Amino acid sequence: MAEKTYAGVTVNIDDDGYMTDASQWTKEVAAEMAKEDGMELTDKHYDVLEFIREKVNSGATLTIRAIGKSGHTDIKGFYKLFPGAPLKKATKMAGVPKPSSCV
Amino acid sequence: MSEEKKHPLKKVIIVVAKGAIEDVYAGLVMANGAVMEGIETKMFFTFFGLDAITKKKMNTLHTATVGNPAMTMPGGIPFPTWLGGVPGIEAAVSAMMRKQMEDLDIPPVDEFIEMIVAGGGELYACKLAVDMFKLKKEDLHDDIIDIITVGDFYEMSDGQQTQIIFT
Repeated sequence: MAEKTYAGVTVNIDDDGYMTDASQWTKEVAAEMAKEDGMELTDKHYDVLEFIREKVNSGATLTIRAIGKSGHTDIKGFYKLFPGAPLKKATKMAGVPKPSSCV
Repeated sequence: MSEEKKHPLKKVIIVVAKGAIEDVYAGLVMANGAVMEGIETKMFFTFFGLDAITKKKMNTLHTATVGNPAMTMPGGIPFPTWLGGVPGIEAAVSAMMRKQMEDLDIPPVDEFIEMIVAGGGELYACKLAVDMFKLKKEDLHDDIIDIITVGDFYEMSDGQQTQIIFT
């Protein structure tokens, strides 16, 4: 297991760069991670990240459909917020494990 | 050891030619998965695969209860062929299958298509099959971009790191 420092916080990450301890997450960590991808996080981004953290930490399976129905954004909006591979990017920035769902 | 250069998939074209629930969903799951990975995705529906984008049929697709050797009852008990032919059985089994997918947060076909399109995926219908089934553009899901020929299909499959998947 590797360690990486984001915004002065040392976090444990797996081989794919996903945080392995969700409790180490802070908004500043997310912002630093986003910068690596050339992204600037807005309140809208944080809304979605908080939703993902809640959902995953409650033990539920996270799907892109659930995010679309979260009330924070629709699916189109989600793709716009996290362009490219939205679910992978967003879960990484939310400090939760890589998604294990196919949808 | 020399580092091998990777060539990630850039574009995928998924052909859906059959209309059973499992055939259609295999195509939809793969297409949605590709969109979610940021891969340019196009779908081409032909022959009975057109049921998946035909408004009247898309959300009530069936699975075959006759001639399907993989079919079992809940608990893995063999599914007798004669039972599959009893009126209403195919509909009941199909409804159960749709329900099981819903429980896994897999959406109905129309919503699944909207998810793929929201992510930038493009859907096309095959001209020959549309003519054969006497369908019109209005009969098809509103997100279908166009009814195209096989020639158009190959044209849009250009580019390096492109794959065509036939389900």
